[in-house]
Amino acid sequence: MAIVYQKSAGLTDKQLHYCPGCHHGIIHKLVAESLVELGLLDDAIGVCPVGCSVFAYNYFNCDMQEAAHGRAPAVATGIKRTHPNQPIFTYQGDGDLASIGTAEIVHAAMRGEKFTTIFVNNAIYGMTGGQMAPTTLIGQKATTCPLGRTKEQAGMPIRMAEMLATLDGCVYAERVCVADMANLNKAKKAIKKAFQLQMENKGFTFVEVLSTCPTNWGMTPLKAVEWLKENMAAYYPLGVVKDIETEAK
Amino acid sequence: MAKELWKGNEAIAEAAIRAGCDCFFGYPITPQSEVPEYMSLHMPEHGKVFVQSESEVAAINMVYGAAGSGMRAMTSSSSPGISLKQEGITYLAGAELPAVIVNCMRGGPGLGTIQPGQGDYYQATRGGGNGDYRTVVLAPSNIQEAVDFTQEAFDIADQYRNPVMVVCDGLIGQMMEPIEWRELPKRNLAPKDWATTGKHGRDHTNVVNSLFIDPNECDVHNDHLAAKYAEMEKNEVRWDEHNCEDAEVIITAYGTPARIALTAIEQLREEGVKAGLFRPITLWPFPEKALHDLAAKPQVKAFVDVEMSSTGQMIDDVRLAVEGQKPISYLGHAGGVMPTVEEMVEAAKKALKEVK
Amino acid sequence: MKKEIIISGFGGQGVMSIGKNLVEAGMAEGFQVTWAPSYGPEMRGGTANCSVVLSDKPVGSPVFSFPTELIAMNGPSIDKFAPTVLSGGLVLVNSSVVSKKVERSDVKALYVPCEGIAYEVGNPKVANMVMLGAYVAATGALKPETIEQMIHEMFTGAKAKLVPLNLEALKRGMACAQ
Repeated sequence: MAIVYQKSAGLTDKQLHYCPGCHHGIIHKLVAESLVELGLLDDAIGVCPVGCSVFAYNYFNCDMQEAAHGRAPAVATGIKRTHPNQPIFTYQGDGDLASIGTAEIVHAAMRGEKFTTIFVNNAIYGMTGGQMAPTTLIGQKATTCPLGRTKEQAGMPIRMAEMLATLDGCVYAERVCVADMANLNKAKKAIKKAFQLQMENKGFTFVEVLSTCPTNWGMTPLKAVEWLKENMAAYYPLGVVKDIETEAK
Repeated sequence: MAKELWKGNEAIAEAAIRAGCDCFFGYPITPQSEVPEYMSLHMPEHGKVFVQSESEVAAINMVYGAAGSGMRAMTSSSSPGISLKQEGITYLAGAELPAVIVNCMRGGPGLGTIQPGQGDYYQATRGGGNGDYRTVVLAPSNIQEAVDFTQEAFDIADQYRNPVMVVCDGLIGQMMEPIEWRELPKRNLAPKDWATTGKHGRDHTNVVNSLFIDPNECDVHNDHLAAKYAEMEKNEVRWDEHNCEDAEVIITAYGTPARIALTAIEQLREEGVKAGLFRPITLWPFPEKALHDLAAKPQVKAFVDVEMSSTGQMIDDVRLAVEGQKPISYLGHAGGVMPTVEEMVEAAKKALKEVK
Repeated sequence: MKKEIIISGFGGQGVMSIGKNLVEAGMAEGFQVTWAPSYGPEMRGGTANCSVVLSDKPVGSPVFSFPTELIAMNGPSIDKFAPTVLSGGLVLVNSSVVSKKVERSDVKALYVPCEGIAYEVGNPKVANMVMLGAYVAATGALKPETIEQMIHEMFTGAKAKLVPLNLEALKRGMACAQ
C-alpha cells in the first residue's frame, strides 16, 4: 500500500498536548520537516520557551533545551557561539518573545546571532489561560482586558518582524501563517530559507507565524482560522519583511 | 615557580582560562568589570568564546545554553548583577548544569555602594532564586585562593553537575598580590553524555530541562537533587583554623575580614590575649561540625563574628553550629566600611571580659 | 620590617603606579606585599589612593587605619591622611602641588617638589619616579638598585630611551631625602 501521509522523522512519537485547532502542531511539523529535508536534524539543537510550547522538547526529535521565560535567544546564543557549525533554533510564543524576552531577542538580532527563531504569534497568553499579550489586537478580549484591549490602556500591539528587521544583524524576517494550504506552503518555504541562511552564516533569521488559539479566543477552530485571516493578517501583514538576498540583487 | 603580581579580578579571569573555561558571558558592573575586560581580550586568543551580554539576565542564560551543550561556562558580576542572575542560577541547579559564577560583592541593599561588601551571604548560601537548591560557595580570602578556587570550581561544578559560586568582596577583586600558578589535583570527571550536542546518530534526544509538570516526578527530581547536596555536604566542606589550638576567643570571619582578623589576632597575642580565627572557606556547605567541635573545647570562652554586613548574615550559621555552647557577639559594618584591626581587638577583649 | 604606606593624590598623578612600583620592588627583594586601591568615582578626577603593605611576614590585612608612611601628592591627601600617620612615621609631601605644611610634631615631613624636578629633568610624567626615589632614600625600606633594575625592566624596546630619564628622576628624588 502506498504511503500518502506520515509523521515527520523530525518529530518523536510523543502525543502532542495542544488543544484542538491550535496551529502549534502544524508549525512543529513544518520545522521538523525542514530540518529533515535540509539534512540538519541530527546536528540540530533547539530551545523551547515558557508558554504553550514549553513541552516542545518532548516533540522535536533533536537535542533540546528548555529555557526560562523569554531567555531562549540568550540560551541559543550560548549554544551557537560554542557550536558555530550546527543548526540552532528557538521556538517562542508572543508572551515569551514579545513581552518578557524583548531584550534577549532584540540583542540577539542586533549581534546577528546565527540562529533561527520561529515566533508563534497567536495574540494571547495561552498556557496561563488567555491573558492579554503584547500582540493582542485592539478590541480583542482577554482575561486581563475583559472589555477588549484599548490603545489608551495598553498601547498598540507590537509588530516584532518589522521591529527586528530594522536591525542590521537580522538578515531575514518573514511573517507567514498556516491557515490554509497555500499559506502553509509559504510558511514551510520561509522556515527552510531561514535555516539555509543560518547555515550560510548570514546572520539572525526570523520567521513569525500567525497562529490560532481557539480555546482562549473562545471560537471553534474553523472560526478561529477565519478570525486570523480577517483580523490578525490585517494588522500583521503576511510576507517577507526583510531578505538580505533579494536586497543584494 | 616564580611568584607573579596579579590583580584579583584579572587573576580570577586568567585562572578560569587555565581551568579550560570554554566561554564567558558577562556584563559590566563595578567592582568586577576587570573580569569581562580581561576575558574579552584573552578568550579569543585561546580560541574561546567571549560575549558581552545585554544584561546579567542574558549572561546567565547564555551560560545555561553553553553549559547545557557541554561547555565549561562562566559568568561574573557584583551584587546587584548577581540578584539579576538568580533566575538563571535556579534554572542551572534545576536542570543540573555545571557552571561557575563569580560574585565580587559590594554593599547593598539596592544600588548600595560600589565599595566591598558581604551582604550577599544569604543569597549565595540559601539559594537566591526560587525552589530548593544549593550551590557550592567558595570564599577566597586572598588572591592565591581566588585563583585556586576559581580553577577548582569548574571541576566541582562538573563533578556534581551543579552551579558553583566563587564569592569574594570588592577588595579581593581590586587588590594586587603575588601568586603562584600551580597544578591543582584533577578530579575524576564523567563524560558529559547528557549534553545537548546534537544527536549525531544517538538513539535518543538529550534534553536540558528543569520542568516536571507531574508533581510526583518533581518530587522525585527534588529528592535526587537533595541526595546530591548531601554528597556535597559530605565531601566539599572546607575551613581554616588559625591559632585555635589554645584560643580563648575565636573570631569567625571569611574573605577580607578574615585577613584583617589575622592582623588583629597578631596584636591580641602580643597583648597576651589568646585569640584565634575560624574561617569558613566553603560558605555552603558550612563547616558546621568543625565549628561545633571547636565551640565544645573547654578553653574556648567566646566567639566574635565579623562581617562586612550591618546585620550579620553568616552569624546565623555560626549560631547554628555553636548551638548555644558559648556566647557569640557581632562586629560588622555595611558595605564599604571595613571592620578595622582596632575594632576587632577591642571586640575580642570585650567578649572575653563579659564571660570572665 | 613592616611598612604600611598610603599613596594619595589626584587621578593622573601616578598614585597607583607609585604603589605598584613599591610592591614590585618589594617582591623583588623577597618581601610579602599587597596593593589595595581605592576605586570608584575618585578614579575619574577626584582624589585617589592606594594602600601598600611591605612585610617580612605574610600580610594579614591589606588595609589599615594608621599608615607608617604617607605619600601625599595633593593637598586633600594631607587633610585626609596626615592625621592618621603613626607617631614617629613619615609624610612625604609633593611640594610642587601642595603649599600647606604637615602640622604635627610627632611625625617627620619631607617636602619633595616632584613636578618641579620632573620638569628640570625633562618630562613631567616622571614626577612619580621622583617621589619613589625620595621614599626609598628617606625610609631605606628598599634598595635603590632594586628600583634601578625595575626601571630597566619597565622600559624595553622602543621605550628603552626612557630609562636614563627615569634613572635621573629617581636620583634627584633620592637627593631630596639626603
